[in-house]
Amino acid sequence: MQTVQRRTLPLRLPRVRPGGVLPILAILAVLLVLVGIRQPDFLAPPSLMSFLGRSAPIILLAAGQYFVIVSGEFDLSVGSLVTAQVVVAARLIDSDPTRTWPVVLLLLVFGALVGLVNGLITTRLRVPSFITTLGMFLILVGAVYLWSDGAPKGGLSEEFRRFGRRAFEDVPLLGRVPYALLVLLVLAAVAVLLMRSDFGRTLVAVGDNPRTAELSGVRVWRTRTIAFILSGLAAAAAAILLGGYSGVSFQAGAGLEFGAITAVVLGGVALGGGRGSVVGAMLGALTLELLFALMNFYGVSGALRSTVQGAIILLAVAVSATRSSSR
Amino acid sequence: MRRSMAALAAVTLLSLTACATDEPSASPSGSAPAAGSGTGDQSKFFVQADYDAELSLLTATPTGPADKPWEQVLNPKMVDTAKFKKKGPYKICFSNAALNNPWRQVGFKTMQAEVEAQKSRIKEFVHVDAEGKDQKQIADINDLLGKSCDALIVSPNTTATLTPAVEAACQAGLPVIVFDRGVNTKCPVTFINPIGGYGFGHVGAEFVSQKMKPGGKVLALRILPGVDVLETRWSAAKVAFDKAKVDVVGVEFTDGDPAKTKKIVDDYIQRYGTIDGIWMDAGAVAVAAVEAFQDAGKPVPPMNGEDQLDFLKIWKDKNLTAIAPTYPTYQWRTPIIAALRILDGEQVSSPWKLPQPTVTQDNLDRYLDPSMPPLHYAMCGCTDLPGYPQRWK
Repeated sequence: MQTVQRRTLPLRLPRVRPGGVLPILAILAVLLVLVGIRQPDFLAPPSLMSFLGRSAPIILLAAGQYFVIVSGEFDLSVGSLVTAQVVVAARLIDSDPTRTWPVVLLLLVFGALVGLVNGLITTRLRVPSFITTLGMFLILVGAVYLWSDGAPKGGLSEEFRRFGRRAFEDVPLLGRVPYALLVLLVLAAVAVLLMRSDFGRTLVAVGDNPRTAELSGVRVWRTRTIAFILSGLAAAAAAILLGGYSGVSFQAGAGLEFGAITAVVLGGVALGGGRGSVVGAMLGALTLELLFALMNFYGVSGALRSTVQGAIILLAVAVSATRSSSR
Repeated sequence: MRRSMAALAAVTLLSLTACATDEPSASPSGSAPAAGSGTGDQSKFFVQADYDAELSLLTATPTGPADKPWEQVLNPKMVDTAKFKKKGPYKICFSNAALNNPWRQVGFKTMQAEVEAQKSRIKEFVHVDAEGKDQKQIADINDLLGKSCDALIVSPNTTATLTPAVEAACQAGLPVIVFDRGVNTKCPVTFINPIGGYGFGHVGAEFVSQKMKPGGKVLALRILPGVDVLETRWSAAKVAFDKAKVDVVGVEFTDGDPAKTKKIVDDYIQRYGTIDGIWMDAGAVAVAAVEAFQDAGKPVPPMNGEDQLDFLKIWKDKNLTAIAPTYPTYQWRTPIIAALRILDGEQVSSPWKLPQPTVTQDNLDRYLDPSMPPLHYAMCGCTDLPGYPQRWK
């Protein structure tokens, strides 16, 4: 299918493969130059490292969201899932370091379970994924409120918090390397390997044309459900890093689903599925965070963040719509 | 097919984004100045006479038992309550703005314990939680009027919106006691609160501007706009900062959320290299602000927090230059005591101004109790109440 497209658009898009990472790399480079002009200190290794560590949760969420979006669905529940995980972790750990690891395990199981439920409702009960995950969003928000009477209780142990907060200090050249960055690198490598495996190809095929995939023997429902589980797991990992970064919070994940979706479309992944790479999605998240950092350096109000996200989503959809109509 | 799906997706996402930012607290202040332009216009909540009165109360001597600050009064002005005299035991009703932060959680537990301590005189205690929504609280108060309460206690969610509902309750003839946040009417029998926002804001701002280098950069962190106790805190701080010619580089709303606070402080540290003072209108997020400096490898500047134990602990452990003006949670005991006195026909003070102690370096150890949870408030005045300490853990 992509060969057809390449043949019809030889002049307009020379050598830039749709869904490739070149455009996002170009945007990233431009932003880096702009940041370098305004705030050269930011590009020094220690602050760059801490920026990457701080951005790790949203990059992980973008990777999780990529699996779902490339398979042709959406996951709007990840932000509330992150909040729920942080609140649950604080209450269960209750500042007792010995409970750290069991709770970490529980969070991963909880994330996978929410993904499984999202996936099964979407694929087996045929509820559109906007509705499924929007419902899940409301369920989680309400459940957390009910369970905690509207204010977080307990506390996270230092051991739990170190993933999101601590770093290897005094590393030659780099200064400090946040644990969050290492967690990110490992999980990103896993995501890339996953997308290169048979599962990855199947996932893209399902998003590109579910009927063709079905006819060629793919169990579409199972593939999509796994994508939702991966998104839930990514949310759990992001929650562990975010909770570590800021401590107990009732709004740890507020708005993160939009951040993740914006990052994914910015990274060249088509809404509707079937096109784009997981590396692109993660670079999209990094670019978005860098854009927000730049807005901060120029003193632009934080309120504009959602405006910028909205504009990016609209622009990306418009571009992909023009492309598909020119087929 | 894909095109229409994508378009639907965009519409859904955008409408959700709009919902997510609908709350006033979620957006930075419309009137907040841009970076570097100082403290901005004075709040419409600022009343010079009240400001002067509160600042003079900071040094006033309270009347009443010294070991029970929740029964003490500053500058009492007694009012007659004979017309409310009634035989007990009573049904006392409470319309609560919300339980949505640890301060209110601690306070409400203290109030429940006070009710338990007075159970021979209170046959029923009805609590309705408005969950932070004005409309719900207006409906709640309206409902309670039909439930034959002997006295109504109201902790209003926001000042202006709840005023008519409180006036309606007064007209229904039962004694109304407003506490914590105020309303724009004098109809309740009494309004109970500590010295108040001007006192809180002033103490913190004076300390920060005195302890930092002259002309240094201060970041002011506020929870949300439009609540009188918070508006007055900021407006008093603004007066102090303007007088001290401090460079207030930002006034930001944090929603009282640590993650948001840490990001904001981190952004400011990156934008300005460092920040020389932190002032906040409530201490719940003080630890997040401290951590932002620690994680950026910068010294923590002079700052204020509140009497929440996590802040007192990090203050002592890291030897911070800090102060904690308080808005004591022991004030949640007072409305119950006031309701019983009013129903006995005893005179009460209106307004009922409670003392508002400040935690300083010198008395820090007295308030820091490591056996209580990090989100507990030191000034709960609850150690003599039934169920201490388990109820608050």
